[in-house]
Amino acid sequence: MPKTAKVVNRREFLKSSSGVALFIGVSGILPQLISCKDVKAMRNQLKQHQLTAWVHLNEDGEITIYNPAAEMGQGSMTSLPLLFAEEMDADWSKVKVEFSPQVAEIYGGKGWAPDSKLMFTVGSRTTNSYYHTMRKAGAQARYVMLNSAAKHWGVPISELTTTASTVFHKKTKKEIRYGALVPFLVLTEELPDFTFEQLKHPKDFRLVGTDIPRTEIPSKVNGKAQFAIDIRLPDMVYGVLERGKRHGARPTLLNEAEILAQDGVLKTIPYAYAIGIVANTLEQALAAKRLLKIDWSASDASGFNSQEVYEAYDKIAAQQETGKVVVEKGDIGNAMRKASKTFTSDFKNDYIYHAQLEPLNAVIQVAEDLESAAVWVGSQQGFDTKLGVPDILGISPEKVTVHLHYLGGGFGRRSMNDFVEECAVLAKEMAPRPVKLIWTREDDVTHGAFRPISLQRLNVYLDAKGQLDGFSHMVVGDGGNLVASGVHNDYYAIPNQFAEWREISHGVRLKHWRSVGHGPNKFAIECMLDEVAMDQGMDPVALRRTLMANSPRALATLEKVVELSDWNGSIAQDRAKGMAFVEHGSLGTGVCEISVDTATGKIKVHHFWIALDAGVIVQPDNVKAQMEGGIIMGMSSVLNERITIKNGEVQQSNFHNYPLLRMEDVPDSIETALITSSEIPEGVGETATPMVAGAIANAFLKLTGKKLRHLPFTPERVLEVLNG
Amino acid sequence: MATYSLNINNEQHTFEASEGTSLLWILREHLGLTGTKYGCGIAQCGACTIHVDGTPVKACMLQVQNFGNGQKITTIEGLSENADHPVQKAWIEVQAPQCGYCQSGQIMQAAALLKEDSQPSREKIKSYMNGVLCRCGTYLRIIDAIELASSKKPLT
Ligand code: FES
Ligand code: FES
Repeated sequence: MPKTAKVVNRREFLKSSSGVALFIGVSGILPQLISCKDVKAMRNQLKQHQLTAWVHLNEDGEITIYNPAAEMGQGSMTSLPLLFAEEMDADWSKVKVEFSPQVAEIYGGKGWAPDSKLMFTVGSRTTNSYYHTMRKAGAQARYVMLNSAAKHWGVPISELTTTASTVFHKKTKKEIRYGALVPFLVLTEELPDFTFEQLKHPKDFRLVGTDIPRTEIPSKVNGKAQFAIDIRLPDMVYGVLERGKRHGARPTLLNEAEILAQDGVLKTIPYAYAIGIVANTLEQALAAKRLLKIDWSASDASGFNSQEVYEAYDKIAAQQETGKVVVEKGDIGNAMRKASKTFTSDFKNDYIYHAQLEPLNAVIQVAEDLESAAVWVGSQQGFDTKLGVPDILGISPEKVTVHLHYLGGGFGRRSMNDFVEECAVLAKEMAPRPVKLIWTREDDVTHGAFRPISLQRLNVYLDAKGQLDGFSHMVVGDGGNLVASGVHNDYYAIPNQFAEWREISHGVRLKHWRSVGHGPNKFAIECMLDEVAMDQGMDPVALRRTLMANSPRALATLEKVVELSDWNGSIAQDRAKGMAFVEHGSLGTGVCEISVDTATGKIKVHHFWIALDAGVIVQPDNVKAQMEGGIIMGMSSVLNERITIKNGEVQQSNFHNYPLLRMEDVPDSIETALITSSEIPEGVGETATPMVAGAIANAFLKLTGKKLRHLPFTPERVLEVLNG
Repeated sequence: MATYSLNINNEQHTFEASEGTSLLWILREHLGLTGTKYGCGIAQCGACTIHVDGTPVKACMLQVQNFGNGQKITTIEGLSENADHPVQKAWIEVQAPQCGYCQSGQIMQAAALLKEDSQPSREKIKSYMNGVLCRCGTYLRIIDAIELASSKKPLT
């Protein structure tokens, strides 16, 4: 299991480094090489920056690289260190990877605001946001090696080359391993600030782009990988909360005395929206939770029925006044007025839930004096410094140490800190005893933070020549960008475009769900295109080819997937293929092949093909794994998943009534073709998922002539559409 | 509270617990065998799959008092000496795990499958593995890994 690098403890650091370690800081923050031989210099440096930096090299040649991003299955534990090792020319077999300390000013990637830094593993930005940072730091590490060897041999640095942790001097036939250089390391005042152009050209990459096995996988097949839920500390107690099915409802505990009298129960702790229980063992805490008698107040969600609410959405959509304008290109009004033909369609989607397989949890220990705390957590590291814990405890962020663990799935849910803050409240009460807070699956479902329901009303206008001239996209729903992301059509040459968001709110907790608004919005856009193509007697490929004329990278994914899927080839009579294009950082076109059981309404997906342009591909096999996972999760959500709310109460509670896709329903194959590119890597984690709804619905349209317009496509809904 | 003594991974573990406690909490929280995971607690996800006398079962559905009669319990930690069970090796070879949280359960279920049928058909694999959920969507690689493990050498 990877350790989190130690923060602050200088004495221990000096001892363990015993005068042979080398530390290189990220440029601009710690622009010096620190050899442990010069203990005084190092002490001074550490006084200013009490932290280790990107890499640690010892005399055996072992190189430890710190990974600043969360690992939730996307491979950051490998991809980011690989970028560093590439530029350092490190021998990958000698590389170890550890999580970096949680300090944004040193380890943060590009934040949302200019010049800001964030430790934040969201939006499929990991590789993209650290691409330059990791490579530059790696190049600086290599420079240190070169410079030291040059001084050691008395030769000009320009005559030296490196490969696989070795420096060579051709003329004198000298070579030296990085590890052997440690005693001769030379301190420089400053490290060169490598520009992008001074780094390796992607065609010279030795490690990047090859199939390097992921570093953390061995620990995931022998039970050793540590998720936060696996943490056990001496004297630890267990916390659970009862949160109620109606979001925002306030509890009144009716039987506190009875609960406190239960075996092992140590405390009950009221929250605005929950009752917490702390007990000696998990089973005692859970047993007491089952006995809770709570009176729940009304809340903003009271009276809300999710399955009946679309009428209200219709009304909002019909209002004259426009909402918040998200896209405005050309003159949509003009396109509408001169349209030779207009298409209008509505698309809807129900709530869905993240269902990350590791339920939310955290372990926190607050010191007896309440002045410091340690947190063990699987987190995508939210906006709040140190996951909101300092605020709860009223202490400064430096007093909170975060130990980041593997995430048993994130998908957006773990960039919210609610579960960490809840645990901090319990741990403060129980200080100095550590508290493990566990959400049961039932808690995780009913108190979930869902992808919002929404309505998309699309209008498409053809001009006199039958060309697609205007595209108008209205989103009605809760949560701003949560419903409005993905309405842009930057890769389609449509002269007049307009998109707006109209708000409605239901008091239900909402959150980013893998690919966010792209799911419902790409569904709507891609279905709309096939509707137009069908009406115009055009092949969906031909229509997209025209639209992508000015976007060669997007077009290349289309052409590639046409070939990969044998789009024009023959196909069994009871099957059809459908396609969808998605931009989410990377660009991808997907094609699926489906059949429908007309008796049961069950859709079967037989194959999925994807062509993807994600710029430089750091780990090709891992990108393919992301495509496979993204498609499966997309299929699960599109075919099965929905949260329903009745009178404000979440109706689902566990996997028996919130079914995820199981192995029996996997396609026979998911094939991905990666387009070769030397452009900056773009995120791949959320490009596949939003393809699924559009591709399936478009295949369904071709197969049956009927339109699936409401997610999920459950068998009942499919039957309704077939018989309608 | 009562004292129980369970044979887990060929070791006898003696501890105190209340009757009715699920074997899952015993393994994870009392004994620190945290490779076995909690995902649902109601036999829906298979993350807690272990072997009792070689049969795959869901630990969340079992109670501690029923397993002190010499049954042999095997968890992911005891599946092999050095993570070298053919299934584990195949899992690494095809790079099956993503987040990894479901994988102990997947591997325990797959190991039991191959013990029962060393050359399972694809359909058999799917139905045998159907009770173990993977939210990250690694199913196709799991199928590949099982096929790889089955063709390499039949398990005894
Ligand atoms: S935790 Fe036992 S089956 Fe899900
Ligand atoms: S690998 Fe994440 S749930 Fe299976």
